[in-house]
Amino acid sequence: MLEIADLNAWYDESHVLHGMKFEVREGECVTLLGRNGAGKSTTLKAIMGLVPKRTGSIRFRGAELIAARPDTIGRAGIGFCPEDRGIFAGLTVEENLMLPPVVAPGGMSIADIHELFPNLRERAKSPGTKLSGGEQQMLAIARILRTGAKLLLLDEPTEGLAPVIVQQIGHMIAEIKRRGFTVLLVEQNFRFAAKLADRHYLVEHGQVVDMIPAHELAARAESLNQRLGI
Amino acid sequence: MLMILGKPAPLLFGQLLLGIINGSFYAMLSLGLAIIFGLLNVINFAHGALFMVGAFVTWGLLHYLGIGYWPAMVLAPVMVGAFGLGLERTLIRFTYKLDILYGLLLTFGLALVLQGLFTNAYGSSGVSYSAPDLLSGTLNLGFMYLPVYRGFVVAAAIIICVAVWFVIEKTSLGALLRASTENPALVQAFGVNVPRVIALTFAAGVALAGLAGVLAAPLYSVNPGMGTDLINTVFAVVVIGGMGSIGGAILTGFGLGIIQGFTEVYYPAASSVVVFAVMAVVLLARPAGLFGRAA
Repeated sequence: MLEIADLNAWYDESHVLHGMKFEVREGECVTLLGRNGAGKSTTLKAIMGLVPKRTGSIRFRGAELIAARPDTIGRAGIGFCPEDRGIFAGLTVEENLMLPPVVAPGGMSIADIHELFPNLRERAKSPGTKLSGGEQQMLAIARILRTGAKLLLLDEPTEGLAPVIVQQIGHMIAEIKRRGFTVLLVEQNFRFAAKLADRHYLVEHGQVVDMIPAHELAARAESLNQRLGI
Repeated sequence: MLMILGKPAPLLFGQLLLGIINGSFYAMLSLGLAIIFGLLNVINFAHGALFMVGAFVTWGLLHYLGIGYWPAMVLAPVMVGAFGLGLERTLIRFTYKLDILYGLLLTFGLALVLQGLFTNAYGSSGVSYSAPDLLSGTLNLGFMYLPVYRGFVVAAAIIICVAVWFVIEKTSLGALLRASTENPALVQAFGVNVPRVIALTFAAGVALAGLAGVLAAPLYSVNPGMGTDLINTVFAVVVIGGMGSIGGAILTGFGLGIIQGFTEVYYPAASSVVVFAVMAVVLLARPAGLFGRAA
């Protein structure tokens, strides 16, 4: 579904990604694991066209997106949930939820979303940023479920959240996957990612250095922990 | 004669009406400026000149084409908006990535060019335009005589301001504009063509200036300097209300017009500086303006 090859990205003069190469297949949940600053978030931003300069190849459903503008990439059916969650302070919860335009048929209905996230209905009229951190994270994910985007890029959805909330987010992502969405997840929380993902890519210094299928994870946990610095 | 606060009632109400009318224009113009500043981060110094162009287009439609006031009310804003769209695409968009001063200097230059072109064509004293028959005459309100056209301008300005406020604060289009103001990159990643939204917003903002120009044509002399006279006060209004606040721009516009009207009655010498005195006081107490969020 998504094939990344030789992806390089720069912020001004600093060269952050050095030839990333990985793929995500339809229906999979794939994580990018790595230390702080390894280039995981930049990879998602580069896929969305949100870095100043990028080269290489980003193929989504066969179409090359390396030269496309962010809106074209969004319209192609990739939903993005940024690391800072990107909840708009000037918009209510409901406006935040309804903001991203529908890009393809087959998105979740508002009724389904409210069933999955009852808090978002109760707080529909509150300003988006008045929600708790966990609720904001759910809103940030919920709003890209509506649009018909089938590939979701989630950047550290558990960052800064209490363990019980992290668990809820985990259930949510499992449910999203069960409904047929494909998920590319950036995570620092290795234990969280381990329960959800089919495959893991280990990222170091802007490159993919290893791929670990879920069933090999247990056997390789120790060396992984070392490399991730946990 | 009825006296209120030591002044004859007709004088007081007359100046109050003038104040509200001036306030109507302050509100409509500062609204456009606030929208443009919010989304484009451009301080549009050409706004007053585009208001003037709106008034001249209204006059020109009648003078050259025999098209009257009511069609002009639609045609002139559309034409000014289209002209604004052309300016945005060919010039203004290149300043977005630069320091805010570049946009200010560019639009300041555009204002001078427009004013110069119209002065060259029509002279500095300008032309005159009369109100449509339907809106001529005066109404006796009992305590004062109200020229019908002036009442119409105030009503139209209130309707325009409320409609713009509603669109921006209460509709999904407005939510899109507010979101694009806050985080344009993310909105674009959602699949919205943000550069197009920005261009159309600029066009809509200057169309609003054009519409104010239509309303002004029968009221003031249509001359190349009419925008400059107004725009200095309008910038003070925007600063007092708080940059980028829609409701603030409207309330401050009307409020300052009224304050100016009363000053005209009690201490005429101060009427042209009172707005700037208010601005100084407000900025000392609230640097972000009355309705602005602290930067």
